[in-house]
Amino acid sequence: MLKINNLTKRFGGLAAVNNVSIEFEANKINAIIGPNGAGKSTFFNLVAGAMPPTEGTIEYQGMNITGMACDRIARLGIARTFQTTMLFEESTVLDNLIVGHRLRTQSRLWDVIINSRRLRDEEAKCRARAQEVLDFVGLSHIGHRITADISQEEKKRVAFALALATDPELVLLDEPAGGINPEETENLAGLIRKMVDHGVTVCLIEHKMDMIMSLADKIMVLDHGEKIAEGTPEEVRNNPVVIEAYLGSDEDAAA
Amino acid sequence: MNALQKISDFFMTPAMKIVLIVAAVLFPFVAGNEYQIYVMALAFVWAIAVYGMNIITGLCGQLNLAHGGFFAIGAYVLAILTVDHGWGFWWAFVAAGVAGAGFGFLAGIVSLRLKEHYFAIFTLCVGFIIYLLIDKWEELTHGALGIINIPAPNGFGLVDFTETTPFYYLALTFMVLSVWLAARITNSLLGRSFRAIRISDDLAASLGINLMRNKVLAFVLSTTYASVAGALYAGLVRFIGPAEADVVHTFDMITYLLVGGIGTLMGPLVGTMVITWLTQSLQFLEEYRMIVFGPLLVVLVIFFPRGVVGSFLGWRARRMAAAQDAGKSQENAKKKSPTSPVATNREAGNHA
Amino acid sequence: MQDHANSVAASQYRGGIALDLFLQQVLNGLTLGSIYGLVALGLTLVYGILHVPNFAHGALYMVGAYVSYITMVDFGANYWIAMIASAISVAVLAVLCERLVFNPLREAPPIHDKIAAIGIMLFLEAMVQMKFGAEFRRMPTPYTDILDVAGMTIPAQRVLIIIGAFALMAVLHLFLKKTMTGSTIVAMAQNREGAFLVGIDANRVAMMTFAISGVLAAVGATLFAPINLVYPAMGHLLIMKAFVIIILGGMGSIPGAIVGGLIIGFAEAFGGFYISTDYKDIIAFALLVLILSVKPTGLFTKGVR
Ligand SMILES: Nc1ncnc2c1ncn2[C@@H]1O[C@H](COP(=O)(O)OP(=O)(O)O)[C@@H](O)[C@H]1O
Ligand SMILES: [Mg+2]
Repeated sequence: MLKINNLTKRFGGLAAVNNVSIEFEANKINAIIGPNGAGKSTFFNLVAGAMPPTEGTIEYQGMNITGMACDRIARLGIARTFQTTMLFEESTVLDNLIVGHRLRTQSRLWDVIINSRRLRDEEAKCRARAQEVLDFVGLSHIGHRITADISQEEKKRVAFALALATDPELVLLDEPAGGINPEETENLAGLIRKMVDHGVTVCLIEHKMDMIMSLADKIMVLDHGEKIAEGTPEEVRNNPVVIEAYLGSDEDAAA
Repeated sequence: MNALQKISDFFMTPAMKIVLIVAAVLFPFVAGNEYQIYVMALAFVWAIAVYGMNIITGLCGQLNLAHGGFFAIGAYVLAILTVDHGWGFWWAFVAAGVAGAGFGFLAGIVSLRLKEHYFAIFTLCVGFIIYLLIDKWEELTHGALGIINIPAPNGFGLVDFTETTPFYYLALTFMVLSVWLAARITNSLLGRSFRAIRISDDLAASLGINLMRNKVLAFVLSTTYASVAGALYAGLVRFIGPAEADVVHTFDMITYLLVGGIGTLMGPLVGTMVITWLTQSLQFLEEYRMIVFGPLLVVLVIFFPRGVVGSFLGWRARRMAAAQDAGKSQENAKKKSPTSPVATNREAGNHA
Repeated sequence: MQDHANSVAASQYRGGIALDLFLQQVLNGLTLGSIYGLVALGLTLVYGILHVPNFAHGALYMVGAYVSYITMVDFGANYWIAMIASAISVAVLAVLCERLVFNPLREAPPIHDKIAAIGIMLFLEAMVQMKFGAEFRRMPTPYTDILDVAGMTIPAQRVLIIIGAFALMAVLHLFLKKTMTGSTIVAMAQNREGAFLVGIDANRVAMMTFAISGVLAAVGATLFAPINLVYPAMGHLLIMKAFVIIILGGMGSIPGAIVGGLIIGFAEAFGGFYISTDYKDIIAFALLVLILSVKPTGLFTKGVR
C-alpha cells in the first residue's frame, strides 16, 4: 500500500527524518512510536505531501507520489488528522463535515453563479456523505451542536469523520488519543478498528503504549529521525534497542 | 417560544430580505433631505467594497491590506477612460471591473504564496505602491491634482444619474447584486472551501482543496468587488485624487467588517451602515474618527471578534441546538413534542 | 508630504564633484540604513518573541519624535534629556500595548492581533493629530555644525545618527548576550514552546521586549527627526520599510534587521540619486516584491517554517 524508501527530511542542519525505509500493508493498523521530537509528525507531513522530502521516495499503491502536492495526494486517497484538532468552532458539527467531500466534486464559480444542477446535486451528495461519516463515528446525535461546545473526545471523532468524508483508502492519525482519558481512549481504539474493518488502512502516531500494543499490527519506532526498529508489537516490545533507546529511558514517562 | 426568539427567527426568514429591500426602496421618500440620500448611496458603494474584503479576509482568512488600492484602481480606470479617452461610462465601468480582476490576479499569484503575516505585510506594501504610482505618475493619473469632471453613469436618456436619487437606486441595485452573489458564494461548496482555508491551510490542503487556486479566486473576486465599487464611487463623487488610494480607506473597511461581523453574510452591510450613520451623527468625529475607531477595533477583536451579526448568529445557533436537544429528550420521554425547530434550522455555519 | 521631508534632507547635499557626490550618497545610505536598522530591530524582536507583526511600531516612533520635540521646545530641555524622556515614555507606552492588547490576544486567530495593532496605530496618530495638528514641525538639535572631512561636508547630526545608532545596537547586543534577561529573550525568540517548558516567565519577557522596541523607536526618532520633519504620519512609510527589512532579513533575526536596514538605506540613497527621487520610496517595495516572488520565505531564512 505505502512504500517508503530512504526518506529524509532536513530542516537546516537538523535531520527530522533520516533515511527511513518501511512498507505498510493495506487493511492493517500501522503504528509509529517514538519520543517527542523523533520526527513522527514530520514523517506524516512528508507522506501527506505537506512538505517535500529532502531525499527518498514515497510510493502509494505502486505510484510514485514523492513531492506531489498535498491536495492531489488527498484526492488519491490519503487522508489525515492533525496533532492539534482544527475545526470550525463556530459552526455546527455537521456543517464542519460537508466540506470534507468537496474534493470529490467538480462545481466551480460558474456553477455557483447560476446555481447549476450539478452544484445542487453535489451539495446534496456532500451533505449526505457528511451525515454518513457522522453516523459512522457515532456522533449523529450531536450533529446540530456548535463545535465549540462539544467535548475533546467528540472533537477527535469529528476530525476522524472529516478525514473519512474524503473517501480515503489510507488514513494518517496523528496522536488521536492525545489529551483524552483512558476510557475514551478505549472507545477511540474501537473506532479505529471499525475503520479498518470497513476497508480503510490506518497509520497512527501514538504515545499511549497499551493502546498501541493491543491495536497495532505493525509498529515502527523512530528516534532522532531514524528508524530504530519495526515489527509486531511483540517483537518491538522485546527489542533491546528499543528498550534502551526509548522504552527504558525517562522519556517513556514524558511521552 | 418567547418574543425574542420570534424576532430572531424572523430575521432569518426570506420575508426579512423583502422588508429590507422595501425599506431601502422607500428610503428616499422618508429621508429628511437630499444629503441623507447621498450619504446612503455612498454607504452602499462602500458596502460593496466591504463585501469584497469579506470574501478574501472573512471567508478565506487572509488579511488583505491592499483592498483600498484596488478600490482606487477601479475609480481611476473609470476616470481616466471617460475623461481622458472619451469612453462611455458603462464601457469604462466594465473596463474598471476587468482591470480590478486582472491586477488582482497578478497581485494574487505573487502575494498568496505568502502566509499570514507575510501576506498582510506584502499587501500593505502593494497598497502603498498603488498609492505612490497614482500620486507620482502624472502623465497617466494627473498626479496630486486628481481628475475632475468625471461623467455620471449614462442613463440613456431615461434617467439622469447626476441627480442623487436615481444614483441612489443604481447603487442600491449594485449593492443587492453584490449581496446576492456573496450569498451564493458563502452558502456553496466554494464558500466552504474558502472557510476551510480560513481554519488552516494545512487542513484545507489535506482535504484536497487546492490552496493557490481557491485563494487566487477569492482574491480576484474581492478585488473585482473593490474596483466595481471604486468605479461607482467615481461616478457618484465625480472627482477623485490620490487620497482615494490612502491606506486609511482599507482600515475604515476593516472597521466596518469587524463591527458588522467578519465572515458573515450580512456583516459588511450592517457594519457599513452602523459606522457610516454613527460618523454622520457625530459630525465632529469625521476628522478624528480614528480616536474612536482605533480603540473600537481593539475592543472588538478582544471581546466581540464576531461583530454584531456573528454574535447574533452564534447566540441563535446555540439556542437552536439547545432547543433541538430539549426536543429530543422530550421525544424520548414520549411526551407530545412541540413543532420541531429543525425545519428552520439552516446551519448557522452557512451564514457564520 | 514625504517628498518635502526628503528633499529638505537631500537638498543640503547637492552640488560638488562626482566622487564627492558618490561619497555623499554613501553617507546618506549609512544614515538612512542605521535608522532603518534601529526601527527594524524593535519590530523584529517583537515578532521573534510574540509573532505579532506590530503595525503600531511606526506610531510609537512618531510618538517618540513628538515627546522629544515637546521636551525640547516646550520645556526647554537639553537634547539628551529629551531623548531619555522620549525613550522612557515610549517604552511605557509599548508595555501598555503589550499588557492591554497583545497579551489578551495571545490565543486569538492570527488575523486578530494584526487588526488590533492597526487599531493602536490609528488611535495614536489621531490623538497626536488632534493635539498638535497635522502640520510639519522641525525638531531642533544642538548639533548643527558642518564638519569638513577630506573635502566632504558632513553635518554633525548625521555623524551623531550613525554613531548613536550603532552604539545602541552594540549595547543591545551586549544586553542580549551578557545578561540573564537578554539571553532569556534570545532563547524565547528561538523556541517559544521550549522556553515555556523551561519555565521562563513569558509575561516578563514579553513586556521587556516591548519596552526595548519602544526605546529603539524613540531613540531612532530623536536621532533622525532633526534632519527630517515631525508630523503625525511620519511613521507610515518607515514602518512599511521596516517590515520590508525584516522580511528580507528574516522575521525575528537580529543581524538580519541590521543588514537589511543598511541594504535598503543604500538602495534608497543611490537609487534616489542616480535613478529618480520621485520613485525613491518605491525602491524598497519593488525589492520586496522581486525577492518574495522568487523566494517566498525571505532572503536569509534557511527554508524553515
Ligand atoms: N516546519 C519545521 N521547521 C523546522 N523544524 C521542524 C519543523 N517541523 C518539525 N521540526 C523539527 O523536527 C523535529 C521533529 O519534529 P516532529 O516531527 O514534530 O516530532 P514528533 O511529532 O515526533 O514529536 C523537531 O526537532 C522539530 O523541532
Ligand atoms: Mg508530533
